[in-house]
Amino acid sequence: MRATLSKKGDVWRLVSVLILVLYAVILVYPLARLLKVSVITPDGHFSLDGFRAFFGQRYYVRSISNSLKVSVAATVISLLVGVPLAYFYQMYELKGKSLLQVLIILCSMSAPFIGAYAWIVLMGRSGIFTKLLGGIGIKVGSIYGFKGILLVLTLQLFPLVFLYTCGALKNIDNSLLEASINMGRSGTKMFLTVVIPLCMPTIIAAALLVFMRAFADFGTPLLIGEGYKTFPVIIYDAYFAETGGNRMFGATVSIIGIIITACIFLIQNYFSNRHKFTMNAMHTIERKQAHGLKNVLINVYSWFVVALAFMPQVYVIYSSFQKTSGKLFVPGYSLDSYRFAFTHLKKAIPNTFKIGITALAIMIVLAVLIAYLVVRRSNFANKVIDTLSMVPYIIPGSVIGIALVLAFSKRPLLLTGTVTIMVIALIIRRIPYTIRSSVAVLQQIPLSIEEAALSLGASKMKTFFTITVPMMGNGIISGAILSWVTIITELSTAVILYNANTITLTLAVYTYVSRGSYGVAAAYATILTVTTIISLLLYMRVTGNKEVTL
Amino acid sequence: MSVDIRIRNAVKKYGDNTIIPDLSLDIREGEFFTLLGPSGCGKTTLLRMIAGFNTIEGGDFFFNDVRINDMDPVKRNIGMVFQNYAIFPHLTVEKNVAFGLKNRNLPKEEIAAKTDQFLKLVKIEEYRTRMPERLSGGQQQRVALARALAITPDVLLMDEPLSNLDAKLRVEMRTVIKEIQNEIGITTVYVTHDQEEAMAVSDRIAVMNEGDIQQIGIPKALYQRPANLFVASFIGLTNLITSRLEISNGQTYICLPGEYKIPLDTIRKEERRAQDVILSIRPEELYVKPFGEDGVAAYVDDAVFLGLNTHYFIHFEDGEKAEIIQESQIDSIIEKGTKISLGVKTDKINVFDTEGKRNLVEGVVNDLDAYSGAL
Repeated sequence: MRATLSKKGDVWRLVSVLILVLYAVILVYPLARLLKVSVITPDGHFSLDGFRAFFGQRYYVRSISNSLKVSVAATVISLLVGVPLAYFYQMYELKGKSLLQVLIILCSMSAPFIGAYAWIVLMGRSGIFTKLLGGIGIKVGSIYGFKGILLVLTLQLFPLVFLYTCGALKNIDNSLLEASINMGRSGTKMFLTVVIPLCMPTIIAAALLVFMRAFADFGTPLLIGEGYKTFPVIIYDAYFAETGGNRMFGATVSIIGIIITACIFLIQNYFSNRHKFTMNAMHTIERKQAHGLKNVLINVYSWFVVALAFMPQVYVIYSSFQKTSGKLFVPGYSLDSYRFAFTHLKKAIPNTFKIGITALAIMIVLAVLIAYLVVRRSNFANKVIDTLSMVPYIIPGSVIGIALVLAFSKRPLLLTGTVTIMVIALIIRRIPYTIRSSVAVLQQIPLSIEEAALSLGASKMKTFFTITVPMMGNGIISGAILSWVTIITELSTAVILYNANTITLTLAVYTYVSRGSYGVAAAYATILTVTTIISLLLYMRVTGNKEVTL
Repeated sequence: MSVDIRIRNAVKKYGDNTIIPDLSLDIREGEFFTLLGPSGCGKTTLLRMIAGFNTIEGGDFFFNDVRINDMDPVKRNIGMVFQNYAIFPHLTVEKNVAFGLKNRNLPKEEIAAKTDQFLKLVKIEEYRTRMPERLSGGQQQRVALARALAITPDVLLMDEPLSNLDAKLRVEMRTVIKEIQNEIGITTVYVTHDQEEAMAVSDRIAVMNEGDIQQIGIPKALYQRPANLFVASFIGLTNLITSRLEISNGQTYICLPGEYKIPLDTIRKEERRAQDVILSIRPEELYVKPFGEDGVAAYVDDAVFLGLNTHYFIHFEDGEKAEIIQESQIDSIIEKGTKISLGVKTDKINVFDTEGKRNLVEGVVNDLDAYSGAL
């Protein structure tokens, strides 16, 4: 039953208003500004010249079809790899399954462009494998262009599908599978006709997430795409061209980006509404030991895909200890790359923590408040907040970066180049995830607990802080650690907003990769990976189990 | 300090959907009062209106002479026990009980003393330092009760507090609740859909259906003289048989299947006329006689032995089915297919008009009638 408490003089109303104002300034205003710049010329006339310029050139239009092709292919393959992997992981006793899971999570948390650059070093024109295999007469096809982007994105994104699907499988009651077997349907047929449909809501959600990540990723195509231009690269190019000249075109391309992702979101929404149901397992599926050939095959499959996905990270860590001469690796090992990394861009490491922790702290407070408003105080204003907070989920990161630059480059709101704008960008980009996890936690807490506190004379705020927040505690902390990892690996928005004073580790890796200094980049990337691993261990400590669910 | 509760013309709506159209009710000071009805009848909604967790769309709610419609739930001084207990899982038993006391800024010693007192009252003091998840359902229920009572509320509200317990514990806990309520003498409003539970604990019961109260009365009145057909069939088991009242030589008769007529003296004077009626005959109000003796002819379809009693499922000669309950005999269960005669305990049966709205028998007590003028 819904709580409709007395509506007058409620503290939560004030909170709603404050959050609405905040969103108006940091999200609605920048997006409105973006829209305005895209259709209003600097002398104040309405014009569609930007759109004409975009759709008039095959080069630009093709970037959309390129992006769609890559994203659809990456989504489909990620699902084909990730869903069976999750099924094997949850249904059978795999060898070393704890390690396997940790590796998969680590893969999902690295920045994709690091994978791209590792694959270039491994399989590129002068890559190690290319030479090795070439030596014994095997010719490896080109890793650049469509294939390369697809490879890197798939290996980066199937772990997300895996984690989502595992979450869904854990909610399937064992008796459903027993019922299926009892009625004569088992094995592959059960997987296809019972398990997959039961996971459908989650699979659709994972597909959207994977598609949006693939569509918005710009580091990978920039490095490995070569002539194969995708849409985010065009946005990025347009922006940097724009800083010199035509602001309108950059804004126009951004608006087109939003329109495309919004359409995709609506299509996904249509499908997910047709597949809506909830499950709650009383008895979760118990892992069985597979035997014989089957056991060998599922173990080989699982370890092969995970090893393939994790290989770039291993190689990056390895190469960070290689001796370098200038930009080239030479035989032997040294810590020179680290020495260089710690003496140059000194700000990168402290910045990563300063910006990351500030963003995280603000984000947690906001996310908990918003989650509370959405779950417990459903009204029009709070539905608006809910929708606003989810908008960045479907907007490519670089577009948000451009919108923020357009909005905050003039007094009195001059923020470009500051830590503040980096923090704002991270908050609006990552808060949808934190809100979703907080909402999920809050929905688990029965309303009557809060009513009990109220009936025992606690005020609304006291109830919130002494009952609701402590009960959400672990959920909030575990959500926060996962957010932290995505914050420190964020690239696509930050790359638009950063400068020498606000550079972070991820940006440092990107900078040195694009300069060709792979040794230094590898050192920064290793520091980043170690930070991620420590965060992850902390997460497992806090949640008290080894099962990460997104 | 107990209060009486007065509700006049209460209305509850969710949007355009009216849950409670117009409801009036008096709950006496110190009374154990139960709202009983099927799920969706509005009983929990009404309870939450009293508690202040639901808005009130119309009418007036009074505690003594204080109108509470717009009073914050925090200020109503209500103890509430929830269906899922709503024990704070991150606080120990002791801290759960002390939670409400701490909100009143009482001196420390008083908080400790009262916490002790109520932990003892519900016999849970040995678990005082435990976390709630390490308690059984019954123990959690006791904590919830102690926590609600510790703040010395004016009213105790209980929303299906026993529905999450297993059958045996449910019976045990209802006795505990009843005893504690008697001891403290606090005005209590209790919601349940279990009619047996309601009869076991209540001073008075209001039977609700579709947002309206059907009858208010002591358990005995509701069972023996239900005000209408809904109450008759919701409380206990009953056989409904379409029938006719007939008058001959100044005597009122009811017609049973097989043209068998029985004189009936309990019909109210103004209703003694020939008319179609519905009989409500509870299974224990029929008794088996050997075939051939004076009675209604019937055939046994099945017999279910339940220990104390044996239930017989029978049909009459016109095909209508009925259930009867007999005390189990040591020697025999009547075989399926046996033809029997049935006697009727006429002083106990109830007779309703064809719409089932009115009971035509004398002695119906419905406290709801007090409001019919006010409506």
